[in-house]
Amino acid sequence: MQTLNLQVNGETHELSVDVRTTLLDALRQHLHLNGTKKGCDHGQCGACTVLVNGKRINSCLTLAVMHDGDEITTIEGLGGSDTLSPMQKAFVKHDGFQCGYCTPGQICSATAMLDEIKEGWPSYVSVSLVGEPELTSDEIAERMSGNLCRCSAYPNIVDAIIEVGDKS
Amino acid sequence: MKSFDYQRAETVEQATTVAAGKNASFIAGGTNLLDLMKLEVLSPDVVVDINRLDLNAIEQTDDGGLRIGALVPNSKLAADARVRQHYAVLSRALLSGASGQLRNKATTGGNLLQRTRCYYFYDTASPCNKRSPGTGCSALQGQNRLHAIIGASEHCIATHPSDMAVAMQALRATVEIEQTDGHRRQVPLQDFYCLPGTTPQRENQLESGELITAVHLPAPVEDSYQAYRKVRDRASYAFALTSVAAVTQIRSGTFSHVGLSFGGIAPRPWRDTEVEAMLLGQTPSRQLFEKAADRLLEEAQGHGGNDFKIPLLKRTLVAVLSEAANFGGDA
Amino acid sequence: MSMDEPDTRRRLDDMAQGLIGKPLDRTEGHLKVSGTATYAHEWAVADQAYGVLVRAPFAKGKILSIDKAAVLAMDGVLAVIDDDRLLRNPAQGTANEAPVQGAKDVVYLGQPIALVVAESFEGARHGAQSLSIEYDADESVAIDPEASDAQTEKPDEKQFSQGDVDQAMQEAAFTVDQVYRTPGHNSAAMEPHCAIAQWEENQLTLYGSYQMLKYNRNELADSLGIDAEQVRIISRYVGGGFGSKLGIAPEAVAAAIAAKELQRAVCVTLSRQQVFEAVMRRSETRQHFQLAADKDGVLTGLSHVSLVSNLPDETFAEPVGQATHFIYGGENRRIGLEVARLNKTCAGSVRAPGEAVGVTALENAMDELAEAAGIDPLELRLLNIPEKDPEQDVSFSSRKFRQALKQGAEAFGWEKRQPVPGQVREGEWLIGMGMASAARVNVLMQSEAKVTLSADGSVIVETDMTDIGTGSYTILTQIAGEMLGVPMNRVETRLGDTDLPSASGSGGSWGASSSGSSVFLACEDLREQLCRKLDCQSADLTLKDGQAIVRNRSHDLVELLGGESLQAVGIIEPGETSENVRQATFGAHFAEVAVNATTGETRVQRMLGVFSAGRILNEKTARSQCYGGMIFGIGMALTEELLHDPRDGHIVNRDLGEYHVPVNLDVPQLDVILLDERDDHASPIQAKGIGELGICGAAAAVVNAIYNASGARVREYPATLDKILPYLD
Repeated sequence: MQTLNLQVNGETHELSVDVRTTLLDALRQHLHLNGTKKGCDHGQCGACTVLVNGKRINSCLTLAVMHDGDEITTIEGLGGSDTLSPMQKAFVKHDGFQCGYCTPGQICSATAMLDEIKEGWPSYVSVSLVGEPELTSDEIAERMSGNLCRCSAYPNIVDAIIEVGDKS
Repeated sequence: MKSFDYQRAETVEQATTVAAGKNASFIAGGTNLLDLMKLEVLSPDVVVDINRLDLNAIEQTDDGGLRIGALVPNSKLAADARVRQHYAVLSRALLSGASGQLRNKATTGGNLLQRTRCYYFYDTASPCNKRSPGTGCSALQGQNRLHAIIGASEHCIATHPSDMAVAMQALRATVEIEQTDGHRRQVPLQDFYCLPGTTPQRENQLESGELITAVHLPAPVEDSYQAYRKVRDRASYAFALTSVAAVTQIRSGTFSHVGLSFGGIAPRPWRDTEVEAMLLGQTPSRQLFEKAADRLLEEAQGHGGNDFKIPLLKRTLVAVLSEAANFGGDA
Repeated sequence: MSMDEPDTRRRLDDMAQGLIGKPLDRTEGHLKVSGTATYAHEWAVADQAYGVLVRAPFAKGKILSIDKAAVLAMDGVLAVIDDDRLLRNPAQGTANEAPVQGAKDVVYLGQPIALVVAESFEGARHGAQSLSIEYDADESVAIDPEASDAQTEKPDEKQFSQGDVDQAMQEAAFTVDQVYRTPGHNSAAMEPHCAIAQWEENQLTLYGSYQMLKYNRNELADSLGIDAEQVRIISRYVGGGFGSKLGIAPEAVAAAIAAKELQRAVCVTLSRQQVFEAVMRRSETRQHFQLAADKDGVLTGLSHVSLVSNLPDETFAEPVGQATHFIYGGENRRIGLEVARLNKTCAGSVRAPGEAVGVTALENAMDELAEAAGIDPLELRLLNIPEKDPEQDVSFSSRKFRQALKQGAEAFGWEKRQPVPGQVREGEWLIGMGMASAARVNVLMQSEAKVTLSADGSVIVETDMTDIGTGSYTILTQIAGEMLGVPMNRVETRLGDTDLPSASGSGGSWGASSSGSSVFLACEDLREQLCRKLDCQSADLTLKDGQAIVRNRSHDLVELLGGESLQAVGIIEPGETSENVRQATFGAHFAEVAVNATTGETRVQRMLGVFSAGRILNEKTARSQCYGGMIFGIGMALTEELLHDPRDGHIVNRDLGEYHVPVNLDVPQLDVILLDERDDHASPIQAKGIGELGICGAAAAVVNAIYNASGARVREYPATLDKILPYLD
């Protein structure tokens, strides 16, 4: 067992985990933050997406012990059921989900993805690598392709993100 | 996943010392290592966390190139202004790989060392010479859509899955390695990987305990056409069925620089210097491109499920070279 | 109420609250977007142990022994269970009894043969991976349904013949005689199967992820050898089903056995790989079509003979020809089904069993017939819409099939399609258009709900219906709110618990109409109760915003109740309208694709679906269901395929990295048109199913568009680039 500190959604947690425990399982099973989902446990679906030090990652493919002292934001940190963030509200409005299982990962991913666009990061579909990327539906779809949704709310997810992106 | 001894290294020297001589793995991003450890395809006794090492910088080198620290994440590298401007092929290749989340975690060193996506390598119930030497290659007579058409052996037909390494090879990168004696050596990327032969379990030149510390890119090729053409089943988030990385320059109507590298078709990022030589100094023409592609594929061999890669690679290469020709140059 | 007569009153149209049909947000949306909706794995059950199932590493044979001792000696391991009650595979939808059980006889690679339970998930996983087993493998593994020595069955009740198709083929002006193949598919719901079992004395509570709780409860009880009354299943939120969670599955029975043995709660979750291997696949199909048409393109003969597969002793056989019976006319007809017995993962329902693959291949064959006859594909469909069911002397209940085709063609710009393939090129891309009809049988199932009109004027809806992303919470809330004249936020809908009245469950697209009807009937009863208080007829009572209005006089509902709560139970049952009319949903798909002239890669550029499915209860959730079906169709068309090892039959691409469901970039912005329709025969709320219609035929529109773009006629799904390359210059 290893002990470590995680700053999760602004709160410090000291926990003691098996070295094999992923960040995802630490969040779910040790901190009971069940908003972050396990869909594949192999980085192939994106349901476990959280923000670590502001960047989106798959929490299933990293060990909790590797994150001692890191700042982690989960869906619970973006907004509660009565304090929804603009992105969460937009997902409800545009029906950017059905079963809801991939949804927290989609929302964490979308939130961080807009920051990546603001920082000027290009994507595979960017026509030019230099200059500011645009907020087109193709750009969003490519950047969100690491988040599978089998209910296939993709068109609605893109609409929700465009609405939030346009406002910010 | 078997339990292991977790060690956090504070210095490169400490990392190599802890790992040397043991069944040890370095962990950086962990995006492929943990994937494989969960399935017990890999079961290291010691896992050395190298994330706190000072290998996270992209620096200009004296010869006008770049030194990319081994821990630089794929996303940071792809977004680096110098890379975008002068090494576009690398940006494009990185951005074509995996997903936004994975690129934030996956590192430069780790990407070079990622393992094949062969279905049978991933399944401990199947024979696999790469995973369990001597058990046989299941893919040879099995499902082999993803598999190699060049450079494979009867012992293993797995492909190397990296996009990044393909682009780096086209840029003629070198790998900087920290040896366990504290010295560093540089190995050209094209010499870094091994072909499977009779020992598919050995994939590269790293000795026990050795750590990749950086990748060096030479000075950029001026006025070059650079492209990374990746062909895959899904529009995104899928490994390459075949890919072509090209860095070419045309002066006075002929190719004055040709850097080509291929992914998804061989056990390693593939380079064929004869093909490059055939093109160098020549006037671009479709006929020339087809000849070059035929040369590249002279010894290509399909295994049923992957036969299509032979015409696919030819078509893709000819298309990329045609675009390179149209890009022109000073002539 | 038994649905014996069409309900032409259309009572929902008379209501005043204005909720029905509106594109309202999901009532549980705020919980899902904040990560606070509780899925199976997330119940805070104290002192849980974790179980991980062990897979058979061989395809056929017998387990001789398991070395439990070595694993039991591992740190934290609590038990190794190889009880004979473990499930070989999940129960089929509506089975209502245990599926085949037993952990010793192995019939497919990946079959669960034991459960390792430990204090931690990590410990259980490693224990399961370490379990050493001795077995006797039988080399005669059956994998290919088309192999010459394949053992096949032709169930009598699945063969249909009318007239003489062979003669029709001989006499026809135009024919198509082709074989199409579709590979196996996986539902790939995002939430892997999970069950937490907890016993109190002899009462079992199972927190699970299942679609049809009333059946699941009986299946679980039967599997364990206990009474159904001893079982309670809770599935408040289900992270997608698509058929994979219709029946009780191995994790539930394993968790229940382990929890009993250990006297503590046990949580068993399937890994993604296990979801592929040990749940359900859609069978691969071989479909032989013979279409005969006269000189005008009118069908005179239609033969659709299919070969599918399943494990030994499974009664389910993919009903490939289900909609072929009624979509198109044609005097001479033959629809047949053959099942091969194989040693491959169990075959079962995956979204729209039957039509998803059957209508799709039919629509490819129709595209070929259109070309052979020199008739526009759209015209060919319009020409062959039968007046009545072509095999029985019954009418269609409601069917805006013709309108769907016509309106879709106009909205899509079908007239711009070039009839000759390969005519439109944009740079490196070849552009083409394709279309297909959509059809899916409509079914009503028994369903029960209790509705309480509380003294404070709020409403509680209770039924053990599930919401698997379909919108059950929302539409049931809308129906109750509409009927009782209260706003959405005054209705609480409680689902997913077998302690509540038994519902139809979610499957076969029947959930909304069946459970919706039960809520409707309970509300009608409550309205009668209010009428008695007001001494009026139900038709004269208007309920809106908590007011009861009769004869132009408004009564406050709370005052009217006078401190009393009213309660009613509604039960709907299928009746004679299931037999005396043909009930189905219809539609049309239109797709525009770009095929890369160099590589053969296909990207869908535009897609439109027009659907006729009775009353639409919520335009927003219904539209999302249609998107979902159409996108499943894109996956089917372009990428989805279970690859089996040719020697042991195991699924080699058993993860989401190599089984390619569509990603966001695979999907263009889609359009859906929902036609305004009421089906009085289908249900008292005039609604039919819509959850599966969107997939039926969708892939054919894409593949037909590939042909139009490139001249590549792909008859083996999916249309990956290797199948297109040979057609390119």
